[in-house]
Amino acid sequence: MLSTQLIYGIAGIVLFVLSLRVAFSTELFLRQVLAINVAGAGLFLTLLSVAFKGLEQPADPIPQALVLTGIVVAFSATALALALGKKLAENSPDER
Amino acid sequence: MENLAWYILDAMLIIALIGLAWLTLTNHNLRQAIIFFIAFGLLLALVWFRLAAPDVALAEAAIGAGLSGALFLTSLSQQKQTNKKDDPLKTTSTKFFDSFQNQFLNLLFVILALVFSAAFVFALMEADPDRLSPTVLMNLEQTGVSNPVTGVLLDFRAYDTMLELAVLLSAALGIMALGPVKTHYYPSGDMLSSLSQWLVPILILFSGYILWAGAHSPGGAFQAGALLAAAGVVLNLTGDRQVKLPNYWLLRGLTIGGIAGFLIIGLLLMLSGRAFLDFPSQWSGTLILFIESFATLSISIILLIAFQSGEPQEWEHESKKLALKNTAGKTKIKGKTLC
Repeated sequence: MLSTQLIYGIAGIVLFVLSLRVAFSTELFLRQVLAINVAGAGLFLTLLSVAFKGLEQPADPIPQALVLTGIVVAFSATALALALGKKLAENSPDER
Repeated sequence: MENLAWYILDAMLIIALIGLAWLTLTNHNLRQAIIFFIAFGLLLALVWFRLAAPDVALAEAAIGAGLSGALFLTSLSQQKQTNKKDDPLKTTSTKFFDSFQNQFLNLLFVILALVFSAAFVFALMEADPDRLSPTVLMNLEQTGVSNPVTGVLLDFRAYDTMLELAVLLSAALGIMALGPVKTHYYPSGDMLSSLSQWLVPILILFSGYILWAGAHSPGGAFQAGALLAAAGVVLNLTGDRQVKLPNYWLLRGLTIGGIAGFLIIGLLLMLSGRAFLDFPSQWSGTLILFIESFATLSISIILLIAFQSGEPQEWEHESKKLALKNTAGKTKIKGKTLC
């Protein structure tokens, strides 16, 4: 059980750091938003790996509730970012 | 032996997950990158099942993969074709300084990953493995629902969920403040529109079921809201002009309905001499279902506004009518309703 928690948790950290690196280096707005979404998924993975308590008993419900709200908030933030980006592109044809 | 099978499954899932993330992040073609992102989200839903979190898996499949993917694809297709700049990840930089800077950044992020991992391992070893979950399971009876995740969301941490709806509402307000959007969709062919005629009623029905089932098994307001929003997205994409969002007032009312449901229940409870959102145990299940129903409608409308990335034009039309009504004081609003 502990080893499962460890490998999924570290995979989440790898995802988070990797996509943060890409988000910092890319100049495409859409890719930045994608990268931040993947980084969020990495964080969720780490959080839920902590919640995992083996298959015999249910996982800790509090991290699950946090991740559940996190997914919805991430979606609405993404939509806001994309709408702002679109408006930005419409208003400044030279930039981006 | 059984353990070995699990290890192999875990290794495969993680390798595929990181591989898909890499493809999403580095693909030249943004459209392909988004499709890899959708695949990534679906695989992530599988991982949540593996980690015994089916509630999250449902939400991830519906929102993380489905709605996000649709949102990104729409956003890509609406974008002006001016993105000629190549991705710096792929351009082999000739300048020494640039490559040096990149390598420095790489090193920095590797160190960051190591520090995070060390902190994570340390925290996992040291911390109490049970944390709050026995307390939740012990007091679950008081909430009137038997799904612990719903219990946590709507009862133990009801403040969190209420404020989350406020966050959603402010995101929707921010998007609506950017002005109306033109719908870019045209009526689709016979195949797709007959498919949507099948799909939409099933989605609406299933959304109601997920909401109801959330009390005792995986499901709940967020997943149900996402499914309802998906029905709207399907209608939107097939460009059916007969179908519109509800009229001005109903739509605005539903947008704030989720947080209003919380506030009304909370204030009524305060009037009856209890603390804000402190549900009495015998009514708890009913109150949770009431709040969840409003939250579902509200979440679905907000997700739909988010997907359309702006105030739909119907609204402006209605608000013009409204302005007309205010000045003339004669015309009455007659809005078309959903479906």
